[in-house]
Amino acid sequence: METLRFILDNHGLISLLLGQHLFIVALAVGLAILTGVPIGIAISQHAGLRRWVLALAAVLMTIPSAALFGLMIPVLSLVGYGIGVVPAVIALFLYSQLPIIRNTSTAISNIDPALREAAIGMGMSPWQRLRKVELPLAVPLIMAGVRMATVINIGIAAIAAYIGAGGLGSLIIRGITQTDTRQLLAGALVISVIAIAADYALYALQRLLTPRGLNTSTLIARRLEEATT
Amino acid sequence: MIQIEHLSKTFGAITAVEDVSLSVAEGQICILLGPSGCGKTTTLKMINRLIAPTSGTIRIAGRDTAELDSVTLKRSIGYVIQQVGLFPNMTVEDNICVVPNLLGWDKTKSRKRAAELLEVVALDPAMFLQRYPCELSGGQQQRVGVARALAADPPVMLMDEPFGAIDPINREVIQDEFMRIQRQVGKTVLFVSHDIDEAMKMADCVALFHDGRIEQFGTPDDLLAQPASEFVASFMGGDRVMKRLRLMRSVDVASQVPPRQGGSSPAQLVVKPGDDLRQVLSQLLGCGQDWALCNDSDGRFVGYVHQADILARLADHTMPRVH
Repeated sequence: METLRFILDNHGLISLLLGQHLFIVALAVGLAILTGVPIGIAISQHAGLRRWVLALAAVLMTIPSAALFGLMIPVLSLVGYGIGVVPAVIALFLYSQLPIIRNTSTAISNIDPALREAAIGMGMSPWQRLRKVELPLAVPLIMAGVRMATVINIGIAAIAAYIGAGGLGSLIIRGITQTDTRQLLAGALVISVIAIAADYALYALQRLLTPRGLNTSTLIARRLEEATT
Repeated sequence: MIQIEHLSKTFGAITAVEDVSLSVAEGQICILLGPSGCGKTTTLKMINRLIAPTSGTIRIAGRDTAELDSVTLKRSIGYVIQQVGLFPNMTVEDNICVVPNLLGWDKTKSRKRAAELLEVVALDPAMFLQRYPCELSGGQQQRVGVARALAADPPVMLMDEPFGAIDPINREVIQDEFMRIQRQVGKTVLFVSHDIDEAMKMADCVALFHDGRIEQFGTPDDLLAQPASEFVASFMGGDRVMKRLRLMRSVDVASQVPPRQGGSSPAQLVVKPGDDLRQVLSQLLGCGQDWALCNDSDGRFVGYVHQADILARLADHTMPRVH
């Protein structure tokens, strides 16, 4: 109850921190989609390259977040961005690579070879094949990767508060240093809620982007509806 | 229409296709027949250059296909594969419109064409245009596959075991359906099959492949009646004489010569002009008679089908003639 009262009393501050938090995550995941999807497509047809790229991305993922944020400080200090939003976004961007690259390349390389043969046989160029057939079919798996990256990053972004990036992690840190359970719990609670909410929102987006022909259950529902009207 | 000369393909040390030459006249169905791994599919795929030939020339309508851009060539040839390969993210209509769209056709024109083609393959456009492939049965999918290949009205169709994945009953149906469509559209068709019955039923000419070479090229009756080698004879099967009977209709042997009186019982067997001779002979043997009446569907008399005439047809060139 006390935690809830704290949240209500400080909703101004909390929405500010929430905005910062979401901004960092959205920027990092957004940039990661721009790089991860093309990399995933590029490596999907080369088994050797794929292994190396995925291994590298997996190594990035295993670096503890506190250590990665710490590493950013000396490196980025050279260009004057040692602390703040920039290193936080870069770290989260790196963490997003694995799920996005892996899911994209799996989705593209798992496409039924018969579809590829039909597409080539009908005279589609590689680009037309990608745009009209392969990417639409890969949407569900790519979006699953994006959701995973987003949820992971909403959690990890809390630690970015230590390097001055702001966000809901600030509440947790302050709660620890001031031994104020209310603040600590408030930060943790809000982070959990937005992680779940983001997952649902992206799932809705995924359904929206998935071609109707891939969604058997809605198609059956549609036919039933047609049959009864 | 299609002339293939000295076509070969090697993959490293393996020769998949060796010195294949054949020509198919316009509007004919040529079946590339043979066991798996005999080079028939490789030959087919060299025609639309999914596989690049090692040597040899392919001419379509007199034009060397090596001079054409590979994408232009592919768009000008209808292509049907066993797995159908309908794009699951597109409706039936969009699937059929793929090549017209690639060729930059006007939208209304290509949509009109899609509806027309569904009629041709005996699917109701109102019901099927907006469906997705996952909502169709295997047979319906392959009909749409054929419609898609016909979309831009290509003069040549390549079909790679198109009906191989369909159950035997529906396969017969879709084969008949395809023959009906072919009578309507008159394409030059190259068709890969390993099913000898399918080949005998549909082909105007058959190229029987063995180890990358053509073992024999001729009409279905040529292959059955005069196999050029041991391999052809064994591939066509020990019952090839009976298979020949399937190629002939009772109208082909119906004669006006009445049977000698007194031989048969009064319950006379009646057959239709379109019935194949294997069926007629089987019925004759079954009821122990030596002739049948051939009447058309309105019951009008066409002729008498004598068992002796059927057997004479087989003797025609199964065995070398003795003079």
